[in-house]
Amino acid sequence: MDGILSPAELEALRLSLEVAARSVLFSLPVAVLLAWVLTRARFFGRMLLDAFVHLPLVLPPVAVGYALLLLFGTRTPVGGWLRTHTGIVLPFTTAGAALATAVMSFPLLVRAIRLALENVDPGLEAAARTLGARPLDRFFSVTLPLMLPGILAGAVTAFAAGLGEFGAVITFAANVPGVTRTLPLALYTAMQSPGGEREALHLALLSFLLGLLGLLAAEWLTRRVRRLVGR
Amino acid sequence: MLSVTVRKQRGPFALQAAFAAPTPGVTALFGRSGSGKSTLIDIICGLLAPDEGEVRLNETVLTDTQRGTNIPVERRRIGCVFQDARLFPHLTVMGNLRYGATRAAGAPPVIGFEEVVALLGLDALLERRPRTLSGGERQRVALGRALLSQPRLLLLDEPLASIDAARRQEVLPYLEALRDRLSIPMVYVSHEFEEVLRLATHLVLLDAGRVIAAGSVAEVSLRPELRAIVGPDLVGAVLEGVVTAVNGTAGFADLAIGSGVLRLAVRDVAAGAQVRVQLLARDVILATQEIGGLSVRNALAGRIAEIAPDQEDSVLVRIDVGGPIVLARITRAAQAALRLHTGQPVWALVKSVSLRGHTFRAPRNPGPPSHSPS
Repeated sequence: MDGILSPAELEALRLSLEVAARSVLFSLPVAVLLAWVLTRARFFGRMLLDAFVHLPLVLPPVAVGYALLLLFGTRTPVGGWLRTHTGIVLPFTTAGAALATAVMSFPLLVRAIRLALENVDPGLEAAARTLGARPLDRFFSVTLPLMLPGILAGAVTAFAAGLGEFGAVITFAANVPGVTRTLPLALYTAMQSPGGEREALHLALLSFLLGLLGLLAAEWLTRRVRRLVGR
Repeated sequence: MLSVTVRKQRGPFALQAAFAAPTPGVTALFGRSGSGKSTLIDIICGLLAPDEGEVRLNETVLTDTQRGTNIPVERRRIGCVFQDARLFPHLTVMGNLRYGATRAAGAPPVIGFEEVVALLGLDALLERRPRTLSGGERQRVALGRALLSQPRLLLLDEPLASIDAARRQEVLPYLEALRDRLSIPMVYVSHEFEEVLRLATHLVLLDAGRVIAAGSVAEVSLRPELRAIVGPDLVGAVLEGVVTAVNGTAGFADLAIGSGVLRLAVRDVAAGAQVRVQLLARDVILATQEIGGLSVRNALAGRIAEIAPDQEDSVLVRIDVGGPIVLARITRAAQAALRLHTGQPVWALVKSVSLRGHTFRAPRNPGPPSHSPS
């Protein structure tokens, strides 16, 4: 690829992959937990929580990024506490870009996992109970394996979507080359600079290719894992 | 003894049932669909809590709404075999069998892995995935999985209902073997009287959420309530007896019933075997004197114990054949013509081919001591 892509383009590609991967890793366990809570638990305010989880789907990404700034900015209580007690700084960092991406693709992930959970036959969990499996044991030995195809498909889709997250990232983490300048940010920058047409075309094609690959991979993985778990 | 006294309201359906099942033994919960059989099973295994009542297995209180006791399903050690098998699709047959076994590590062992595999013929299936199994094989694996969880009680919820009739033979003989070899008490839900006849020692009739009759299979077979469930054509006394003589070449066996002998058209029984047969009331002919010159092989001498109304144009005659009772359905016209009355000596005639014999327990049982049919 060296001949085709410039070092800056490669850097953007690498960053995009890193940010997307980190975002999925962050959000996967939380998404599984929330999907479970939203599907199985009955409590006051469930509808509100459900709506809140889906908010990034309908909000302008810039608004999400701005909200993150208000919450995690270094001068805010939460951001300040994080910096002094854990050393974690989120705004204008790769970790921050990953967080913004995670929040944006979170609804996608939760929806896919919920769908997977709803497809798990409660009769199988009942059978596990009669065989002596307690709740956590049951979840890890029956429910989770049967959800796996859906979880993986959701993860790959969220990863593919995360490669292209723009608004929330640029608002919360800014456009720092080598730190937060992912593919879409690099593409935007190239389009804004005189003589950047060639680079812009490169990056656009690359994004297109990555997205396609991601979706194909999600489909292939789902089929493969579904066969593996015997469904 | 498993004793159940429960009340449960489920929408418009009200279950209010009380029965006691001897342990060990096989108790059939018998009734049409919607009679509350599966609800009862769910309550016994703990998947459903009754609104009110008590479930007790021997000395253990499983559910008692008054005392607020309700042992969770996973600690009841009650094995369940569901209609749809419910094998874990992501595990092999071996994985399914081991699932309950590993979680029952502390329980007093009832049966070992090798024994289950041998008893249910699972050896060739161990590496297979559930979706590659036939319906009958699936139920055998489900049965093995439940047994290996070392249960104190085995609940079988219509395990043959989702298997086509021809394939039921892949499972029924195994169920019979389990009943005869193991001392695990079983509750068997069914709406096929044939299965009850082959498997159960004890019978509980359910209708619209209530127990309408209970007792040994032979006792309940004489009860008028049974007709409401099986229909008039399947009304008939269930008789149990010991095979006294076998003629393999002619294909018949003699069965001692009361003071008489029934000749059965069966090939695969041995002398000494306990056999259960049902004489359908519509197949029994009454004679007021002993007659020869008939192709009928069976004539049981007895006395009329009772004449009960049956359908519009027929009556049901109970004939005491020296202890056991035989039911015969005859028309009211025939009753009048023969001037039948209680106490009258009669002969019950049955064609031998009309007997469907079921080996209830093989002679010289090599397995561990188990129950004897009541």
